Amino acid sequence: MSFIAKPKVAHPGLPRNELGLTRRDYEGGMSTLCAGCGHDSITAAVIEACWQMSMRPEQLVKLSGIGCSSKTTAYFVSGGHGFNSVHGRMPSIATGAIAANKDLYYIGVSGDGDTLSIGFGQFAHAMRRNLNMLYLIENNGVYGLTKGQFSASADIGSKAKKGEANLQPPIDPVLAALTLGGTFVARSFSGDKEQLVPLIIAGLKHRGFALIDVLSPCVTFNDHEGSTKSYEFVRDNYEEVVHADFIPPAREITAEYAEGDAMPIALHDGSRVLLRKLDPSYDPTHRGKAFNYLRDKLAQNEFVTGLIYIDESSPEFHDMNGTTTTPVNQLSYQQLSPGSKGLEKILARYR
Amino acid sequence: MQHAPASNSASTDTPDRLNDFVIKLANVNGTGSASANTLLMKSIFRMGIPVMGKNYFPSNIQGLPTWYEIRISRDGYVARSGRIDFMVAMNAETYAKDVREVSPGGYLLYDSTWPRPALLKRDDITIFGVPLARICNETFQGVRARILLKNIVYAGVLGALLDIELDVMRTLLGESYANKKSLLDSNLKALELGYNYAKERFACPLPLKVRRMDKTADHIMIDGNTAAALGCMYAGATVGAWYPITPSTSLMDAFKGFCQKWRIDPETGKRNYVIVQCEDELAAIGAVIGAAWNGARSFTPTSGPGISLMNEFIGLAYYAEVPAVIFDIQRVGPSTGMPTRTQQCDLMLAAYASHGDTRHVLLFPNSPEECFYMAAQSFDLAERLQTPVFVLSDLDIGMNDWMCPTLKWDDEYRPDRGKVLSAEQLEQIEKFYRYLDKDGDAIPYRTLPGTHPKGAYFTRGSGHTQYGGYTEDSTEYQIVLDRLKRKFETAKTLVPKAVIDSRGSTSLAIVSLGSCDGAVREALDLLRHRGVQIDYMRVRAFPFGQEVEDFLAAHSQIFIVEQNRDAQLRALLTLETAVEKSKLHSILHYSGLPISSTAIVAGVLASAPEQRLAVGV
Repeated sequence: MSFIAKPKVAHPGLPRNELGLTRRDYEGGMSTLCAGCGHDSITAAVIEACWQMSMRPEQLVKLSGIGCSSKTTAYFVSGGHGFNSVHGRMPSIATGAIAANKDLYYIGVSGDGDTLSIGFGQFAHAMRRNLNMLYLIENNGVYGLTKGQFSASADIGSKAKKGEANLQPPIDPVLAALTLGGTFVARSFSGDKEQLVPLIIAGLKHRGFALIDVLSPCVTFNDHEGSTKSYEFVRDNYEEVVHADFIPPAREITAEYAEGDAMPIALHDGSRVLLRKLDPSYDPTHRGKAFNYLRDKLAQNEFVTGLIYIDESSPEFHDMNGTTTTPVNQLSYQQLSPGSKGLEKILARYR
Repeated sequence: MQHAPASNSASTDTPDRLNDFVIKLANVNGTGSASANTLLMKSIFRMGIPVMGKNYFPSNIQGLPTWYEIRISRDGYVARSGRIDFMVAMNAETYAKDVREVSPGGYLLYDSTWPRPALLKRDDITIFGVPLARICNETFQGVRARILLKNIVYAGVLGALLDIELDVMRTLLGESYANKKSLLDSNLKALELGYNYAKERFACPLPLKVRRMDKTADHIMIDGNTAAALGCMYAGATVGAWYPITPSTSLMDAFKGFCQKWRIDPETGKRNYVIVQCEDELAAIGAVIGAAWNGARSFTPTSGPGISLMNEFIGLAYYAEVPAVIFDIQRVGPSTGMPTRTQQCDLMLAAYASHGDTRHVLLFPNSPEECFYMAAQSFDLAERLQTPVFVLSDLDIGMNDWMCPTLKWDDEYRPDRGKVLSAEQLEQIEKFYRYLDKDGDAIPYRTLPGTHPKGAYFTRGSGHTQYGGYTEDSTEYQIVLDRLKRKFETAKTLVPKAVIDSRGSTSLAIVSLGSCDGAVREALDLLRHRGVQIDYMRVRAFPFGQEVEDFLAAHSQIFIVEQNRDAQLRALLTLETAVEKSKLHSILHYSGLPISSTAIVAGVLASAPEQRLAVGV
C-alpha cells in the first residue's frame, strides 16, 4: 500500500547518476494497483527517465486528477511535491502551478477517463496554452476504479469483460492533440520501455506541452479477447513509426543510422532528440501529413507509436504571457507594490 | 404638458433642497450616455458636494433601456433615497414609466425635437423640452457624433439649470480628451450649446441646485472592482485567473490595467505577473489553487454562477488546505437571474461551498474603500489560515462609483505568507509532516515545491492523516477533520471585527452587512430623529467573532437588514451563534435595485409597535 514506506536500503553496487543518486532515490510509495497493471510499467519508465536525466528530485512537480492512473504520482519520485487534485481538472492545477514557478519540471499523469471525458475541456485548453509540461495519458479504454465501464477511448466493437460491445466512436487523444495545436505529440505502449523512456525524457525537455498517450492495458477489466486495449491486441497491432533517442547536450551522436532515416531535433537546453524514422516517408514535423498517416493506419486497426509530431519553435505559455525571468512566486514584495507614492499617482484620476 | 416658461416655478422650491436632491437619467444603452452622466456627477463632486452615482443597466450591448441615478447629498448619504427630483428622459420607450417616477414638484427634461405631448402628462411637475437632436444635427457632422454629443448637450442644460460650475465641467472634459483635440472641441461646443440654450430660455438656476461645499477634499470617486483590483496589486498578487462574468469582469480588467503600468520589469519590459483567461470558472479556481499551492498569491473574480461551478475545487482547497482568494461580485439569482442587478444572495452558497463538512472565511466590504483594504487582507488571511477566503462584494459596490476617503497604503506592510518552511528550516528539522498541529492554533506548516527534498509531500483531496499520508482509518481521518474545525475557531480571532454603533439601547438593534450600510446609516438617523433609540452592528466577516455574539445577546429585538429573499444572514447567525432565533426580524430587499433607507425605517416601525407607541408615530 502506498502509505507503507519501502525499505530504503540500497545495494552499494547500484549504479549512480551525475548527482550520485541511484534509481531507488527516484522511487515513490508502494503501488496499490493490480499486479501486472500497465500503469506500473509507466511508473518504472518515469523513474528511469528521471534517474537518467539526473534530475534533482525536488525539481519535479507531479500532478494528477482522479483514477487509477492519477494514483501513480504517489509511486515515483517521493522527493518531489505531488498533487492529486479533482477528476479531470489537473490541467488547471498545472496552469496555476506553472504560472507561479516556471523553473520546475511538471509532469501530469492522467487516464483516458480523466482526460477524454470529464477533463476533455481542460486537456484541450492546457494544450492551447502550450504549458511547459509533460502530460501522460495512461490509456486503457476502461474505468477501473468503478469496475469496468467503457471510457471515451474504447474502440468501436471493442468488448467489455462481460461481452458487451462498444458502439460509440473513440476520442483519440493523439488525433485531438494534432488538431488542437499540440507541439509534442507521441504515443507509446507501457510494455515498450525502450521506446517510452527516451520519449519521457524528450517530453520533459520539450519547451511546451508534451503529450504521450501510453497504451496501458488494464489486467483486471480490459485484458480479454475482443478488447482492443489488451496486452495481446496492442502487441500485435502497434507499429513504431518514429523512434526518438534522447541525446544530452555535448554528447556526440555515435550510433549509425541509414541516411535519410535519422533526423536530429535541437531542444532548447542544447540537448537533441534524434528521430529514427522506421518508415522513411514519414515526416514528424508536418502536422497535416502526420494526421493523415495516423488516420490511415487507424483504419487498418494499427496503433502508430513513437514521436508522431514535434514543433520546437512555438512559443510556450510564459513566452506568450511575456513573463519575467524570475519565477513570479519568487519576486520580492518591493517588485510588486507601487508603494504609497505610487498610490497617490494612481488615485489622481479618481479625484 | 407644461412647457416651462422663463419664469418656471416649482412647488417644492424650498431652500433646503440645496445640495440635496436626486437626478435620474433615462437613456438607451450603447448611445454614449455614460460619459455625460459621469461628467455631471464628477462636476458636482469636484464642487466639494457629496454625491453618489448608481447605474441600472441591462444585460445587453446596445438598444435597451438604462438608467443612471445621481444623488446629491450635502449630509453625505450614499444610499438611494427613493425620490426622483429631476428626470432626464432620453428614452422614448420608457417615457411613460419615467414620467410617473418623478416625485411631485420635480422636473423633467426631454428631447423636444419630435413632439411627445401625449406621453408627458403631469401637472405637478415642471417639464423642459430641449431640441437636443436638432441642436446636434445643425451643429455636428456624422451620425455617431450627433448621437453621442446629444448627451453632452443635456449635461450643459443641467449645468445651467442646477448651477453646476461651467469651468469645472470644462476642466473635466479637458482631462477626458487631453489627447484628442477634435473630440474635446466638439464636446466643449456641445456643452456650451446646452448651457446657453437653457440660460436663454429658462429661469436658471432652479431652486433645486448645487452650491460649492468643502466636503469632498481628500476623497475619491471609485468603483469597488477597481478598488479591489488595486488591493490585489498592493497585496502582491502575481497570478490572476478568471472567466469573464458580469459584474466581476471589470475587476480583472482593472488589475490588468494596473499591472501593465506598475508591474513591468523596468530593465527587460517583461511582466511581473501572470493573468490567465481560462476556459471556464472551474479552470479559473483550479489555476488559483495550483498557483497558491506553488507559492504565488493568486485570486479569481467571479459571480454567483461561477461560485456554483467552483464548488468541487473549493472543497479541495479547504480539505487540502491551500490558500485561495475568491471575489464574488454578487448579482441577482437564482440561475442566470438578472446579471446586471444587485443582491446579497450568495452568503449561504459561499459559507458552506462544496460537498462534505466545509466552512469558509467570508469578508463583507461595505464600499470600494473596504474592497481595497479587504482585498489586501484576504490574501493575508488565506495564506495564514491556508484556506479559501471569499470577498463578498456585489454589483452595487463593484460597478458603481462611490465617494470614499482617499485610499492609503502603509509602506511598512509586508505580506503575511503564513507558515511556509524555508529550505534552511527544512534542513534543520528531522522530518516534515504536512498536517500536524505543532503550534496549538490548528494551523499546520506547509512547504513549496522546489524548496528542499525534505519538504516534499503529497497533496490530496482524499482522506489523509495528520502526517500527510493517505488514509481510510476513521480515527486518523477525524483527527484532521477536527483540527480543521478548530482552525475555523482560530479564524474568528483573525477576521475583521464587526463595526458597532451603540447608543446604549438594550432592546432595539439593526444588524446588517455590506452594501446595505449606507441605507442603514441613513435609516438610523431618520429613526433617531424620531426618537427611536436603536443600535447598529455591521458584520464584516464570517466566522462571527465574540463581539457579534455579545451584541446579539445584549439586544432583545434585532432587525436583520439584507438584500436577498431568504434571509441568508439571519440564517447564518442562527446557525453559527447562540442567538435566540425569535429575537431576529428580517427586513429584506431583493428587487435587484440597491436598498434605500425608506424600506428600513418602515420595516423597523412596522415591527416595533411598542417603539411606535413610545415615539408617537
